[in-house]
Amino acid sequence: MTMKVALANSHSTRELRIKLRTEKVSLFYGSFQALRAITLEIPEKAITAIIGPSGCGKSSFLRLFNRMNDLISGARVEGLVSIDGIPIYDRTIDVVELRKRVGMVFQKPNPFPMSVYENVAFGPRRHGKKSRSELDMIVEQSLRQAALWDEVKDKLHQSGMALSGGQQQRLCIARVLAVEPEVILMDEPCSALDPVATLKIEDLMRNLSHDYTIVIVTHNMQQAARVSDMAAFFMMEEDRAGVLVEHGPTSELFTNPKDKRTEDYITGRFG
Amino acid sequence: MEIRAVFHKKLRAIQDDVLAMGSMVEKAILRSIEALKKRDITMAEQVIADDKLVNEKRFQIEEQCIQLIATQQPMATDLRTIISVLNVITELERIGDHGVGIARIVILTGDEPPLKPLIDLPRMAEKTASMLHRSLDAFINRDAEAARQISAEDDEVDALYDQVFRELITFMAEDAKTIKRATRLIWVAHNLERSADRVTNICERIIFLVTGKMEEIGASRY
Repeated sequence: MTMKVALANSHSTRELRIKLRTEKVSLFYGSFQALRAITLEIPEKAITAIIGPSGCGKSSFLRLFNRMNDLISGARVEGLVSIDGIPIYDRTIDVVELRKRVGMVFQKPNPFPMSVYENVAFGPRRHGKKSRSELDMIVEQSLRQAALWDEVKDKLHQSGMALSGGQQQRLCIARVLAVEPEVILMDEPCSALDPVATLKIEDLMRNLSHDYTIVIVTHNMQQAARVSDMAAFFMMEEDRAGVLVEHGPTSELFTNPKDKRTEDYITGRFG
Repeated sequence: MEIRAVFHKKLRAIQDDVLAMGSMVEKAILRSIEALKKRDITMAEQVIADDKLVNEKRFQIEEQCIQLIATQQPMATDLRTIISVLNVITELERIGDHGVGIARIVILTGDEPPLKPLIDLPRMAEKTASMLHRSLDAFINRDAEAARQISAEDDEVDALYDQVFRELITFMAEDAKTIKRATRLIWVAHNLERSADRVTNICERIIFLVTGKMEEIGASRY
């Protein structure tokens, strides 16, 4: 299955394969319903932004794709979540393997308390890569992809915690890239960063989107408008369950939204 | 809850300024024709002098729009409003220039005896001014339907232009001494015809503002 996507920073429309899909997905935390009947298709090798007011279930939605919600007791998912058409809440799914395919970057940079090198080598090593030369190659390649190599190549063996906030976040991205994921989930990846570091991460995201499917949750609408190809707007209903209001090409959602609620939110008439 | 009250207040103020600029331009067109009718050179000079204020207003509005884009990251309707304002003021400024064009012809003609009583030219001016006035109402009211109707009225201005043109050609054919004066009146008619075309451009912007669609409406024959 494919969908047509007008890619950001380009006038062309491309036919992209659907990578992630939810079909009537509801998420419950105990008796509280956090998401209601979300049906959404996310294209491969493009950036999809999830926007919406606080508490509308954006992060909960993001965490469906690597089953991070499983870690919360009482969490329960109804409906279908699939990657490449394969349901990921199936019993036969190996969650560790899933999280290798679907990497995640968090709000606060969270490097491990070890060297820059070890931060990046950690994942591949756990997945069985032992040879020094192979690890060296993966570390360099991942740091280059994360646009961090030039800044850290001379301090690979210093602590990752000693880097600046923006560098730490790029280190976390390199760590994700090192295990060769297909999908990268980003939960407010820039909200703890200064504007320059933010723009660097955004630039990096655009480059990564040629090879990876990226889903980003952001409070920053301008960021969503700048960086994403597709955008989805979530809102809370009266019982505080999150629903999908509108989904479409970013270029349309931010200039001519179809739903009045989207319009009101992005123009700051409510929030 | 209205969150961006300050921003939206500024955006409304800009639109009030567009209305003010519109009425300055409307006045320029009507007064330039009045000056032509009365052969009133002082009035014509006043139209030319007042055009400076129109140009200043345009830059002032443009500056305010740039400020809002740079500092407020407008989205959706707000963004389309600002983009439309930028386009509308350009059209208004040019309509003002057409008024100046007519005023210059009045000065050029001086106190030469009139070729004929003016009937269709004032009619063209009134029609154009009325289209302009109503298009700005439609802009403020976000009325795409009215915008379509107003731009359809451009055909009437074109028909009057045809009529004026035919009539003046007959004068020139009959008596070569009328050529200079008749040609000047054709220039006046052309200025009015172009002004009405610019009103249809404003109407296109209103449709964009309301629907988000860029749509060319019934291009003028000239």
